[in-house]
Amino acid sequence: MSATALDDGLTPPSAAAPPPSARLRKRGIGRAAAWAFMIAILVISVFPFWWALRTGLSTNGQLFAGEQSLLPVGYTDNNFERVLGTASEEEILESLGRQNTGSFDFLQSLKVSVIVSTAVTIGQVAFSAMAAYAFARLRFRGRDKLFFLFLSGLMIPPIFTLIPNLVLVKNLGWLNSYPGIIAPFFFMTPFAVFFLRQFFLGISREVEEAALLDGAGHFRTFFGIIVPMSAAPLATLSILTYITAWNEFLWPLVVARDPARQPLTVALGQFTAQQPGTSPDWSGLMAGTLLAALPIIVIFLAFGRKVVDSIGFSGIK
Amino acid sequence: MTSTAAPAQVPRRRSLFGSASLHGGWRSAFWFLLPALVGFVAFYLYPALRGLYISFTDWNLIANRGSWVGTDNYDRLFNDRQVWESLKITFKYTVINIASQTVLAIAIAVLMDRLTKSVTIRGILLLPWLIPNVIVALLWVWMLDGNLGIVNDFLGLFGMDPVRFFTDTGKVIPSLAGINTWRHMGYTALLIFAGLQTIPRSLYEAAAVDGATERQMFRDITIPLLRPILALVLVITIVGSLQVFDTVFVATGGFGGQPGGPANASRVIYLYIYQNAFDFNQLGYAATISVLLVAILLTVTFLQLKLLRAGESDLA
Repeated sequence: MSATALDDGLTPPSAAAPPPSARLRKRGIGRAAAWAFMIAILVISVFPFWWALRTGLSTNGQLFAGEQSLLPVGYTDNNFERVLGTASEEEILESLGRQNTGSFDFLQSLKVSVIVSTAVTIGQVAFSAMAAYAFARLRFRGRDKLFFLFLSGLMIPPIFTLIPNLVLVKNLGWLNSYPGIIAPFFFMTPFAVFFLRQFFLGISREVEEAALLDGAGHFRTFFGIIVPMSAAPLATLSILTYITAWNEFLWPLVVARDPARQPLTVALGQFTAQQPGTSPDWSGLMAGTLLAALPIIVIFLAFGRKVVDSIGFSGIK
Repeated sequence: MTSTAAPAQVPRRRSLFGSASLHGGWRSAFWFLLPALVGFVAFYLYPALRGLYISFTDWNLIANRGSWVGTDNYDRLFNDRQVWESLKITFKYTVINIASQTVLAIAIAVLMDRLTKSVTIRGILLLPWLIPNVIVALLWVWMLDGNLGIVNDFLGLFGMDPVRFFTDTGKVIPSLAGINTWRHMGYTALLIFAGLQTIPRSLYEAAAVDGATERQMFRDITIPLLRPILALVLVITIVGSLQVFDTVFVATGGFGGQPGGPANASRVIYLYIYQNAFDFNQLGYAATISVLLVAILLTVTFLQLKLLRAGESDLA
C-alpha cells in the first residue's frame, strides 16, 4: 500500500471492511461531519473580527436600541475618524450620541508601539544571533555552562523579574521613557538565542572554515556568510519578536504611566477602564480595537506562511 | 560536536576582534557575547537574585528602597487567606481553560491531519493567538455583554435566559477561561498537528490492514505516540495559564468594574501580586508571593514531565 493512500481518505481499503457502497457512504458522512466541525471552528475564529468591524461602523444609538443585524446598524465611519482624532464635534455627537468623555491619543500610542516594537526586534534579533553564533561555533571555556545558564532564564516567570526590573529602571531614571520600556527586551531573550543556535548548528561548517582559512575574522564570517545563509530563520524570529513586542502589556503598564509613552495595548486598556458601566462607547472602542490590531493583521497577511511554518517543535524541543 | 583538534596554523591577525583561528577562544567569543551577556545579567540574573532579596524586605516603590525584615513577609504569606483564595481561583481558571483548549486542539489537529494541509486554514486558526490579549479581551467583553452582547442573543434563539458573563461571580472565571480557549486553541492545535507529522504513516496502514477502526487507531496509535509532544504542550500551556493576567485585568477592570471583580471572584494570583506591588505599595510582599508562584510553576513543570515521561516516546 502506498504511503499516501491514507492521506486522502478516512478509511483505507482493507480486507475486513464492509462492502464498498456502505463503506463509501459511511466515509462520506464522516468526512462531511469532520469538515462541518472544521468550518465551525474557522467561523468562530474569525467572527469576532467581523463583529468588531461591524460594530465600529455602527452608531452607538442604534447599537443601544438592540439591533443585532450582521451588518452595521446606522452605518457611519465617524468612529474611525473619532479614534484617529479627525472627527468634528458634530460627527462625534452623531456617532457617539453624547459628549465625548474619555479619549486617548491613538496616533501617539501607535507611534510608541511602532518605535518600541522596532527597537526591540532589531536589538533582540541581532544580539541574540551574535550570542547564538558564539554558542554554536566558537570554543571557549565554560561555553556549555554559560549556555545552560542562559536557558535557565526560560524558567523565570516574567512577574518575578518585573518588580526588580522596575526598581532598576526607576533608579536609572527611565520611568516613562523609551529606554525604560525597551531595555529589558532589547539585548536578548533565552528563547531567541536557543532558536538561532539550533539553526546555526545545522549549517555546514565547510563554507565557514574556508572563509576563516582565507583570513576572514569571525566577525566577517558571521556577517558575510552566516547571516545571509540564515535569512529565513532570522526573518521568522523577527516577525515573532515584533508581534510579541507589540502585544506586551504588563511591563509598559507599570513603566509608562505617562499617556504619551503608552503603547496601544496599555492605552486601550486604560481607555476601557475609564468607560462608564452604563452605555459605554462600544462603537468607538471596537473601531480603536480593530485599528490597534491592524498592523498585526497586515504583518500576518504578508508573512503568514513563515509564522505558520514556525509553529512546531524546532524551537521548543 | 566534533572534538578533533584545530589544525595547526600560522598565527594571523587580520581581524580587529581576535585571531583568525578556527575556534577563537574567549577573545573572539567575548565580543559576540557581550550585548547578550549584558542583557542577561542586567534583566534576568541580577533581577532574579534581587527579587529574592526584595522578598525579605519591606520595599516601598515611592522611596524605592526597603530594609531587611527577615522572614516577616513569608510568615504573612502563610497566614494570608487572600493568597490561597487567589491560588484557588487561578487553579480553577487553569483547569477549565486547559481542559477545553486541549480537547478542542486535539480534535482540530487530528481532523486537519486527515482533511487538509492548507496553509490558509492553519493561518486562520493561528490568527487569534497573534492578536494582543487586550484586544481579544475587548472583542469578547463586547460580544459577551450582558445586555447587548451577540452571544446572549444567540443563546436566546435556543430559549436561554441572558447570561451575565462578567457580573456574576460564578460565571466570570469560566468566561475568562473561554476567551483564552478561543485565543489559544488554534495555536495549540498547530503544535499538536506538528507532533502528528512525526507518527509514521506505516503504523496506520498496518492497523488498517488488520481491520482496526478509526477510533481504535486514535486510541492505540495516535494518543500513545503523541504523548511526549502532548506532555510538552501541556507544560507550556499550563504554565502560561497559571500566569494569566492581561485578559483578567482588562475584561474585569473596564466599564466601572474593578480588576479581579466582581467581588474579587476573578482575582488570580498574578493580579494579587500586581495589586500588592502597585495598588498597596508593598513591593517586598509582592516579591514574596512571586517567589511562591515560581516555586509552584517549577513544581508543576517538574511533576508533569515526570508523570508524563516526556523524554521517551512509546515508539520503540
